[in-house]
Amino acid sequence: MSSPQNSFSLRKIVYDPKIRGLFFQTILFALLLYFFYSIITNTVENLQSRGIPIGFGFLDNASGFPVSFKLISYITSDSNAKLILVGLLNTLFVAVLGIITATILGLIFGVMRLSKNSIISAIATVYIEVLRNIPLLVQILLLYYGVLKTLPLAKDSLSFLGIFFANIKGISVPTISFGSAETPFIISIIVALIIMVALRLWSRKRQEKTGQQFPATKIGFAILIGLPLLILIASGWPVEVSIPELGRFSLKGGMTISPEFIALYLALSIYTSAFIAETVRAGIMSVSHGQTEASDSLGLPRNKTLNLIIIPQALRVIIPPLTSQYLNLTKNSSLAVAIGYTDLFASAGGVLNITGQALELIAITMTFYLLFSLLTSMFMNWYNSRIKLVER
Amino acid sequence: MNKLMTTAIAGVAFGLTAFTANAATLDDVKAKGFVQCGISQGLPGFSNPDSDGNWVGLDVDVCRAVAAAIFGDSEAVKYTPLSSKERFTALQSGEVDVLSRNTTWTMTRDANLGLNFAGVNYYDGQGFMVRKSLGVASTLELSGAAVCTQTGTTTELNIADYFLENGMEYEVVAFEKAAEVVAAYDAGRCDVYSTDASGLYANRLRLTNPDEHMVLPEIISKEPLGPVVRQGDDQWFNIVRWSLNAMINAEEMGITSANIDSKMGGKNPGVQRFLGETGTFGEMIGVPSDWAVNIVKQVGNYGESFDKHVGPDTPLAIARGVNALWSKGGILYAAPIR
Ligand SMILES: N[C@@H](CCC(=O)N[C@@H](CS)C(=O)NCC(=O)O)C(=O)O
Repeated sequence: MSSPQNSFSLRKIVYDPKIRGLFFQTILFALLLYFFYSIITNTVENLQSRGIPIGFGFLDNASGFPVSFKLISYITSDSNAKLILVGLLNTLFVAVLGIITATILGLIFGVMRLSKNSIISAIATVYIEVLRNIPLLVQILLLYYGVLKTLPLAKDSLSFLGIFFANIKGISVPTISFGSAETPFIISIIVALIIMVALRLWSRKRQEKTGQQFPATKIGFAILIGLPLLILIASGWPVEVSIPELGRFSLKGGMTISPEFIALYLALSIYTSAFIAETVRAGIMSVSHGQTEASDSLGLPRNKTLNLIIIPQALRVIIPPLTSQYLNLTKNSSLAVAIGYTDLFASAGGVLNITGQALELIAITMTFYLLFSLLTSMFMNWYNSRIKLVER
Repeated sequence: MNKLMTTAIAGVAFGLTAFTANAATLDDVKAKGFVQCGISQGLPGFSNPDSDGNWVGLDVDVCRAVAAAIFGDSEAVKYTPLSSKERFTALQSGEVDVLSRNTTWTMTRDANLGLNFAGVNYYDGQGFMVRKSLGVASTLELSGAAVCTQTGTTTELNIADYFLENGMEYEVVAFEKAAEVVAAYDAGRCDVYSTDASGLYANRLRLTNPDEHMVLPEIISKEPLGPVVRQGDDQWFNIVRWSLNAMINAEEMGITSANIDSKMGGKNPGVQRFLGETGTFGEMIGVPSDWAVNIVKQVGNYGESFDKHVGPDTPLAIARGVNALWSKGGILYAAPIR
């Protein structure tokens, strides 16, 4: 017969919620570990038994995959890794431009929808409701074939001033190259920009202290133009302009922005702008009407009321949902594959098709999208905390 | 706590069974009662829905032959339409049992993707189509042209090689779906549409004005198209390979769906083996002894299938050319059934 004391303490341990919890959590954790372990080993085993190699060695192999729209130089003998980089940059390019355009359009239509003028607000309402309710893929295809159908064939290119051209193969613009002075030229622009910012900060400080004003903006722009100009003159004006001209099939020279990019960029911007417009509207409506009245009674004009009173307060409500719209736009850009724009998803898909390294490539693609999303969120959170109400 | 236990047990059970894929495709197929076959999303002559919505074509006939060999019923097939980009993943993951979708046999695909090609059912090559109004007579005049094609194909890789080799500039616009490629070319986005020559003939019929387009004479690549299976299941590989071989051998021996009954009980030893009257050929690959009879009766021999789907009397009007039997000036050659 066990002593009551003993059985009591055993009981205590069995019924101690903390210990019991710990016990089951350990079991669950072990099971989970085992679960993932068996999935991974099984996968590896299966891949090996079918002769599918595992690992990231394929990234160094020549891709052989042609890409026409690219931001960095790339040829088919370059590596798979470079091909993925080309796609990644294409994704970032369309996403960043799309985000900027969508924000501007969204702001405009969001404010328009609140307008007292019923025609203006009706236009905004139709814009927002129509665009929000048509699937994005449909809009992309519609815009793409719309763009293709409206633009003329290469031999009948539309021309503006003889240097800009538009045809079914895209919009061709002249390009300027600076030959040997390319790098110094870019550096001089960066230096000028830094000087501009420094000048502004300094002049503002000085104004706060002494009340004297300084034409920082004007002088800043003068430096921005003057400094690079000086560099070019000093290096013997190696400026070359390449103007597009008609070849046998399409325009040669200059730079051509492909219709695939244009359609994707427009569709992403417009679609997302409709959601941003609603976010903006909600943000503005969240600012109590008393604020407007107070501002009015101070005699501030309408636009100042909006810029200085309403928008700063509305931003706090707008930023978090805005962030998720930005993330959506980036992720939605993977629909590019439907119209032949080589984004990250399409380039990784190209590599996948040639190498068959599905797991590795999906991991790479996911990591990049995740990274981009996390960076966007981090930036927006930082911005949000910067503009939050400072209570005095 | 009860709930927790159940979850845990389920977890263990799942962990143990997850991904223990079995190699015996034939057992799976027999248990299901049909062959799951990966085909194109619509390529006239090869795999395309007819007016009743049934898939028909040269590639579809390979699937049907496999089903006829196993079940004695060529209709025991379910089809999964796949884009060029999806096809290998679908086969690797076991979504389909066999891929018969104008797929080029290349070394990478054979050796690096965990797949095996079971033979060739159409010898193709890559060609180019242009508008007649461009006045182009040869592919060597195409420098600077924009080329529309499909992603995930040998086509887009060959273009890169060919234009590089000949020092020509090009712009490739590659879409995921065949329909998108055709639409973009039709709209004038590209000067050139490139794919397997058979695909050019098939898709030309989809253009607004087929007569305004022409196929250039050059063929720039070898595209042996054939059925594909997963690596590591030799029995299944044999069934698919020999179903195709049976169709080709039948043509060589003059056995057709119309005359096969009259060949029964004959004296030709080769034909007797083919018909399963002597030998244990069906047994060797795990199917009934009248496997080849069922293939020819229900699907036809290779020549019949070719004539019915892509031959001179069809809208595609493709000549036998290299796809004629080796004994008739072509390169179609199947190992003997003996
Ligand atoms: N034979 C080439 C090309 C095969 C291919 O996908 N061809 C296209 C153009 S003819 C096609 O069949 N498209 C039909 C579809 O995607 O459903 C390959 O295996 O890579």
